[in-house]
Amino acid sequence: MIRNHILVCGGTGCTSSGSQKVIEALNTELANNNLQDEVKVVMTGCFGLCALGPIMIVYPEGAFYSRVAPEMIPEIVSEHIIKGRVVKKYLYTDTTDEKGIEHDSLSDTDFYKKQKRVALRNCGVINPENIDEYIAYDGYEALGKVLTEMTPAEVIQCIKDSGLRGRGGAGFPTGLKWDLASRNKSKIKYVCCNADEGDPGAFMDRSVLEGDPHAIIEAMSIAAYAVGACKGFVYIRAEYPIAVRRLQIAINQAKEYGLLGENIFGTDFSFDIEIRLGAGAFVCGEETALMTSIEGNRGEPRPRPPFPSDKGIFSIPTMNNNVETYANIPQIILKGADWFASMGTEKSKGTKVFALGGKIVNTGLVEIPMGTTLREIIEDIGGGIPNGKKFKAAQTGGPSGGCIPASLIDTPIDYDSLAAIGSMMGSGGLIVMDEDNCMVDIAKFFLEFTVDESCGKCTPCRIGTKRLLEYLEKITEGKATMQDLDDLEELCYYIKDNALCGLGQTAPNPILSTLRYFKDEYIAHVVDKKCPAGVCKSLMQYKITDACKGCTLCARKCPVGAISGAVKEKHTIDPAKCIKCGVCMAGCKFNAIIKE
Amino acid sequence: MKSLEELRAIKAKMQNSVQLRGVEDEDSVTRVVVGMATCGIAAGARPVLNKFIEEVQNRGLKNVLVTQTGCIGVCRLEPIVEVITPTGEKTTYVKMNADKVAKVVHEHLVNNKVVDEYTIANAD
Ligand SMILES: Cc1cc2nc3c(=O)[nH]c(=O)nc-3n(C[C@H](O)[C@H](O)[C@H](O)COP(=O)(O)O)c2cc1C
Ligand code: SF4
Ligand code: SF4
Ligand code: FES
Repeated sequence: MIRNHILVCGGTGCTSSGSQKVIEALNTELANNNLQDEVKVVMTGCFGLCALGPIMIVYPEGAFYSRVAPEMIPEIVSEHIIKGRVVKKYLYTDTTDEKGIEHDSLSDTDFYKKQKRVALRNCGVINPENIDEYIAYDGYEALGKVLTEMTPAEVIQCIKDSGLRGRGGAGFPTGLKWDLASRNKSKIKYVCCNADEGDPGAFMDRSVLEGDPHAIIEAMSIAAYAVGACKGFVYIRAEYPIAVRRLQIAINQAKEYGLLGENIFGTDFSFDIEIRLGAGAFVCGEETALMTSIEGNRGEPRPRPPFPSDKGIFSIPTMNNNVETYANIPQIILKGADWFASMGTEKSKGTKVFALGGKIVNTGLVEIPMGTTLREIIEDIGGGIPNGKKFKAAQTGGPSGGCIPASLIDTPIDYDSLAAIGSMMGSGGLIVMDEDNCMVDIAKFFLEFTVDESCGKCTPCRIGTKRLLEYLEKITEGKATMQDLDDLEELCYYIKDNALCGLGQTAPNPILSTLRYFKDEYIAHVVDKKCPAGVCKSLMQYKITDACKGCTLCARKCPVGAISGAVKEKHTIDPAKCIKCGVCMAGCKFNAIIKE
Repeated sequence: MKSLEELRAIKAKMQNSVQLRGVEDEDSVTRVVVGMATCGIAAGARPVLNKFIEEVQNRGLKNVLVTQTGCIGVCRLEPIVEVITPTGEKTTYVKMNADKVAKVVHEHLVNNKVVDEYTIANAD
């Protein structure tokens, strides 16, 4: 009889911090104590606290261990598993709790309390490589219900009523998309799942595929039934090897159980899914480029119309949704459209997953009801900004999105509120910045990305983004004029209006939104030749003040010999030689070196 | 998969697993806590724990959580088991063995009747 389940995270984050070794150590230690028939070790998907991995949780107590190393396992087994004493010192200490209170249970922690898990509901709960566990948590019930009790039109109505909108970026109403696809009279149709996830720093879709791959298979089957498709494609980047493997395992298991294939649940419905690997180009997440890539051609966008719902993969009408969009579907069918619509705001229903990163205490994956404010995400769930620094801005929507300044921290996170302030929901990257971040530098970072990722098919994007980047470089080097700022802005609008696909059309957004909220910072670079955050190297200098005691430490540490001065006398830095590495400042015991 | 019944059969088979990983409604849980320190183990706490788990699973009792704890403090009365109801009433059973477990499960957990003869109040 099994009395304990030990769940160990097998997501990408924890795998790279060594969770497989933890699993091995557990199995060995349990066998040594002859406990293998009483305690079951289960590998799961991501818990969302990847930075604290490897994560391990012991049931039925629900004790949550973080940063688990194989060396801790003998103690945990002998104390916790055998004697029933939770090993407190290895538990996850809620970093936001000033009193240092330890939490035994996951749902008590500040990180999880305000979250609401719908798309991620099985991540960190089930073994994604075991279809029976998915079934145990209501898996494939929704598909069974749809096939045996509902007409395609009823399914589409249910999704419409739920208010679900696409999680891939644009927020198109999913029910409407299904409806349009179902109206096409073609005998052969496809459904497609966009798992390209090219936004730098985002890993929501990867986590869903790693932690709950059957949910995607089930949802695509439901979509296929609703729109009348016979085949599905999942386009996933080859850089996600764990997700690809788990999805393939899941597809094989579903086929074995007859949940994919002919006459599913004894009905006339037949459906199959194929995985297609992408090489990891950002533009291939754009749906027309994605479909071109699936066909085996170079992944370049094409003009719409014709829309994929008329002419998709291999010219067959195709209905495409994002991974997270799909992950919501089975729950909506089982719990009803009203349940889903009860979460969120007027026009943005349900929840959204974000990959929280940057200058924030709790980095990781969070799922929140739409309408949660940025403040709640940053201060409550994220635990605030580390090192007592001040919050400056948050970037959503990655290279296509914009920033939200500190003055708008109470903005509710939903499609329309974000669009109104010049940012966008995007796929769910959320990067937090503090006072040490230079906003011009941030814009430059995203432009470097889009210049690299532009496919080159259309001129406004291929040449225009390059020019934008050159302006930004000029600004950060202190060589720009106020005229350049105006020209930069004008070019932004030109590219937005004339690029062929979403990549080019949204590429200027990081510039436009930083210009809107941080114009004074641009002006400081241009007019005063200063970088207020002290980031842009060309605009700052290291200087030694009168606090210098002449200890010679900095002169010895400087890698380029830029510091001179006699012992016990004030030293000086030669600006012509200095490469601005900062070593001298970090090393000075008298804080005599400043950056300005 | 030819029918929903087939799917539900698999689900039923897996139900034990699901239950171990947390109960839906934390507030309606009865906890069975078995003392598993060295003294408890020496006195035979392990078979007691296993018997509880077996009985609870076989009877499909929802909202019962069997856990372990360290030394409860009265070593000569081990194995000791505490049953804590959702309202917080605590019953301490002492000198437990597998047969007594069956009776506690049947009377206390199923029929909500404390088995007085095994409680600490009646220990000699
Ligand atoms: C440059 C670019 C990159 C995109 N990358 C992705 C992506 O990685 N994943 C995704 O689901 N959608 C991405 N999209 C949006 C897709 O074109 C499409 O709108 C989406 O997959 C539709 O699914 P949804 O309605 O479920 O959101 C991207 C769009 C553009 C213009
Ligand atoms: S906008 Fe950029 S990515 Fe899109 S088609 Fe034009 S060149 Fe290619
Ligand atoms: S910043 Fe680096 S290069 Fe410049 S003076 Fe200091 S140690 Fe030398
Ligand atoms: S990968 Fe383990 S918590 Fe995210």
